[in-house]
Amino acid sequence: MNVVSAMPAPAADVRLLSGNHACALAATAAGCRFFAGYPITPSSEIAERLSLELPKVDGVFVQMEDEIAAMAAVIGASMGGLKSMTATSGPGFSLKQENLGYAAGAEIPCVIVNVMRGGPSTGMPTRPSQADIMQARWGSHGDYPLIALAPASVREIYDETIRAFDLAELYRTPVVLLYDQVIAQLSETVALGAAHPRGRVERKWASGPAADYKPYAADGDAIPAMPLPGAGYRTHTTGLTHAEDGFPTQNPEAVTRNLSRLFSKLDGRRDAIDSWETIHCEDAEIVIVAIGISARAAMRAIEECRAKGVRAGLFRPVTLWPFPQAALREAAAKAKAVLVPEMNTGQLRLEVERVLAGAPVKGLNLFSGEAIAPAQIAASITALAKEVR
Amino acid sequence: MSIDTAAAFDVTDYLRKQMMPHFLCPGCGHGMALRALLWAIHDLEIDKDALAVVSGIGCAGRLSAYIDANTFHVTHGRPIAYATGLALARPDLHVVVITGDGDCLAIGGNHLIHACRRNLKLTCLMLNNEVYGMTGGQVSPTTSQSRLTTTTPLGNAEPHFDACALATAAGAGFVGREVTRHVPKLKELIKAGLRHEGFAFIEILSDCTEIFGRKNEMGSSPEMMMRQKSELRPSAYRDTVDTPFRANDLPTGILARNDRPEYGAAYRSAAAAARNGAR
Ligand code: SF4
Repeated sequence: MNVVSAMPAPAADVRLLSGNHACALAATAAGCRFFAGYPITPSSEIAERLSLELPKVDGVFVQMEDEIAAMAAVIGASMGGLKSMTATSGPGFSLKQENLGYAAGAEIPCVIVNVMRGGPSTGMPTRPSQADIMQARWGSHGDYPLIALAPASVREIYDETIRAFDLAELYRTPVVLLYDQVIAQLSETVALGAAHPRGRVERKWASGPAADYKPYAADGDAIPAMPLPGAGYRTHTTGLTHAEDGFPTQNPEAVTRNLSRLFSKLDGRRDAIDSWETIHCEDAEIVIVAIGISARAAMRAIEECRAKGVRAGLFRPVTLWPFPQAALREAAAKAKAVLVPEMNTGQLRLEVERVLAGAPVKGLNLFSGEAIAPAQIAASITALAKEVR
Repeated sequence: MSIDTAAAFDVTDYLRKQMMPHFLCPGCGHGMALRALLWAIHDLEIDKDALAVVSGIGCAGRLSAYIDANTFHVTHGRPIAYATGLALARPDLHVVVITGDGDCLAIGGNHLIHACRRNLKLTCLMLNNEVYGMTGGQVSPTTSQSRLTTTTPLGNAEPHFDACALATAAGAGFVGREVTRHVPKLKELIKAGLRHEGFAFIEILSDCTEIFGRKNEMGSSPEMMMRQKSELRPSAYRDTVDTPFRANDLPTGILARNDRPEYGAAYRSAAAAARNGAR
């Protein structure tokens, strides 16, 4: 397995940053050396910042002719050996799904930021939303696993961007960084140097004799070593179903074996991939499940409710996909009811209902283009507590 | 025309033998296009480890799997966009794109025109067989007028693209066209394209014997080639700039050339200047 070495923590470097700028700075800190994008609100600041930052570190920024080309170029650069990334918002995220599926199937590491704005279609370009939760998981056709991370503050965007690169490189998978317009454009002070886990991960590259090398044969860890073009392996990479040798096949056993390995690659690492935060869940009668800015509002609501004697707690998935289901089951084990506030018509609630099958789960859904206010969540908690007491 | 290296060139040195037999139909022109490319690679002594071939979807897209190099068979219409990322990341590689007329001009048309404009060093071979062969013979953006395809049962009523005129208008630094029938000439054209410091677009007029030829009763492979011979004439581009595509005199050879700055080098030198405090 590859080594994650913690860099020595430099002196605290406190800055006022928006979420998108923090994302861009974290990308170069994580070793990102290629960005391809297309202008779209509210994610363009990531591209703008990286167009300035990447040349400083001998990286490449390119603005492509469309969203599809940007995703394709990112995968091309990653196949060439660079840590690569793109950033977009809803309409662009839809267009990226075609090549995102290629990255998942051919196992090409890359990071895709999707800043969620109101939809469907062009929707509300400058307004927040959390309506791409299911698209992040199921957006491309066919069966494939992927990782999606859902930070809730500027500081967490910084840390999770770095983790997104680490996970993408370690597990050879696309990683989606999913956050809403509010935290994308919200400015907060961030201490960059002090505590963030500046993990540096190197992809598992093929080594050893080319004659014996099979690009999709994995040893026990289910992660095949990747061939670096020019290193003598001369392999074939395809979006067709392929066997261990990388060439197209429709042999039922080979197809089954490869897709099963693709899923086992992430399934077998849930301890390392899952991440979440719980606040006051130990004694909570009402557990709130929320991500992003809705989770921030929920934290305030919980304090208010506790002050009035209603025991509420928060379960906040940070790794959104695969969903940290074991942790949620534990956090909600003693709860009388679960509340899911989200800026959509109930996507996260679907997953929570699946995980907590049979438990009373209520939604608080706002899809007006406004963020959910703490008072709205507090009112829902109070009403729900009355109902279940 | 140089055929002097023919004796020294063994195509099997550049093929993945484990992939044989190939899947192309008998008489398909794509095999000759592949031979010409590999011969050009041989003549220029390009190291197979330094060669990357990116291909799209369709019969042309399948060719990359046969080449003993770093090969990438990507999504439909996107090989130029993938190759753009690869070539920007790895200026040390020779990046060749193999695409078809549907892949390059229909679903991937936007990537082509912007690659011509951007002028990143890539060699793009568009194998034009006038049809979507792999999906069973549907009309493409280059299907000649009144031709029969499975989606133009009454004859094609749409006008077709002149891909070379399109690439030239979009600013490609190198534009050429050749037929598969003249393998040595095609090889020389590909060599010139590979040597060009910028985006090189080469249209190869290929023959889909099995699907397009059969549907239009164009005869066997040799008969299709002879028809090409009577319909095409090598001539200077300017002489024929106003003639429509495939109207009895389609020019071949190098059709346009300019030496605009190559994008990757321009980007890297601007970045280096910025790092050195020039900006
Ligand atoms: S369908 Fe046409 S283009 Fe495709 S391999 Fe057969 S002859 Fe060639």
